[in-house]
Amino acid sequence: MKRHVWRPLFVVVGMVVVILLFRLLYVPDDFGSQDRGYTFGYHRLSNEQEWKDYPAKYQDSSYCSGCHEDKSESVGASGHAMIPCENCHGAAFNHPEDPETLTIDRSRELCIRCHSELYMPSSGRNDIPGIDPSQHNAGIECSDCHNPHNPSLEDM
Amino acid sequence: MKRRDFLKSTAVFVSGAAVSLSALELIDPQELLAANPELRWGFLVNTHNCVGCGFCVKACKTENDIPMNANVTRTWVERYVITKDGEVVMDTPKGALNGFTNKQLDQNKSGMRDIPDADVAQAFFVPKLCNHCDTPACVQVCPVGATYQTKDGAVLVDRKWCIGCGYCIMGCPYGVRFFHPEEHVADKCTFCYHRISNGGDTACAQACPFDARQIGNLRDPNDPVAKAVMNQRVGVLRDEYGTKPQVFYLGLSKEVR
Repeated sequence: MKRHVWRPLFVVVGMVVVILLFRLLYVPDDFGSQDRGYTFGYHRLSNEQEWKDYPAKYQDSSYCSGCHEDKSESVGASGHAMIPCENCHGAAFNHPEDPETLTIDRSRELCIRCHSELYMPSSGRNDIPGIDPSQHNAGIECSDCHNPHNPSLEDM
Repeated sequence: MKRRDFLKSTAVFVSGAAVSLSALELIDPQELLAANPELRWGFLVNTHNCVGCGFCVKACKTENDIPMNANVTRTWVERYVITKDGEVVMDTPKGALNGFTNKQLDQNKSGMRDIPDADVAQAFFVPKLCNHCDTPACVQVCPVGATYQTKDGAVLVDRKWCIGCGYCIMGCPYGVRFFHPEEHVADKCTFCYHRISNGGDTACAQACPFDARQIGNLRDPNDPVAKAVMNQRVGVLRDEYGTKPQVFYLGLSKEVR
């Protein structure tokens, strides 16, 4: 064959070699078809561990009661017993080391998530005592009258 | 060629071809999954219990560092109001990040919709999240192998590998995927893989005061979620897509899309 045929062929072969070499260096060793086969499991295996190592922010109410036993007992005896501590007190992270104190959400907006009266006959919402936030003591915080750990006014 | 030689070489050729054909046979993912029968994460949503407080959405966003004010979320709660005329009105303001506090339904461009209590036949809440399907459409469309399913069933996104093409976001029939505004990659619910793999609960399930959300192992016959899926009348979303969703709903209504 003539040289003008070989030359571009060498260029193409060279490009293919370069691309394959780049791929060899760039693609990690653990990349490939894993447990779910090529269709659903073609991935970098170490990414699973990366997701497992993602830092958790929320602990659990049992984590809180380890130190704040009195508080978890008082709320545990009230109608708010089922609400996890961190819903109002914020995610614990590594409290008490970091952060040293948690910010408590005492806003009306938090309370009316459940206690704003809606007509929802096919859900549990109707079983919760509800108010119209625009009529019921608008402008003041709920916690001015109601103790969140024992919200019933009759018990106070 | 003698007849003996012909038969000999034919036998060698056929057996050789049979070996190479068996090596080429595609492996069925179902078979591989059956090889790991101990663990398959599944999720149970009890719509009867949901009151639309939205604590799950807040907890999810905090736990997984999804920007609070961006209009994207890994999980959300929908409100359905069905009138006595049979009309279905749905809304999910900010994905219910701040719960449902208003009787008016947010109808986007057409504004707020007021439905008098007397006209309401049914009204309920439906939490939504990634279904971690057995045959996930989003995984099949990824051109670079950045999204995948683990052997215990979680569908995850490799943030280092995702090129942000958005095929998976379009491919998901449930609309659970979105573009992460800070990471600049596709993002989705991971079933809180970091929590459940270390013996914890998902952030949304632990934040729910009414046990409307539960995660469990579908392969463990004593698991409460597996028991409910086996023994109770559960439904899944958009069964007709063939994605085999693994989030099961108690009290699912035909109006829910």
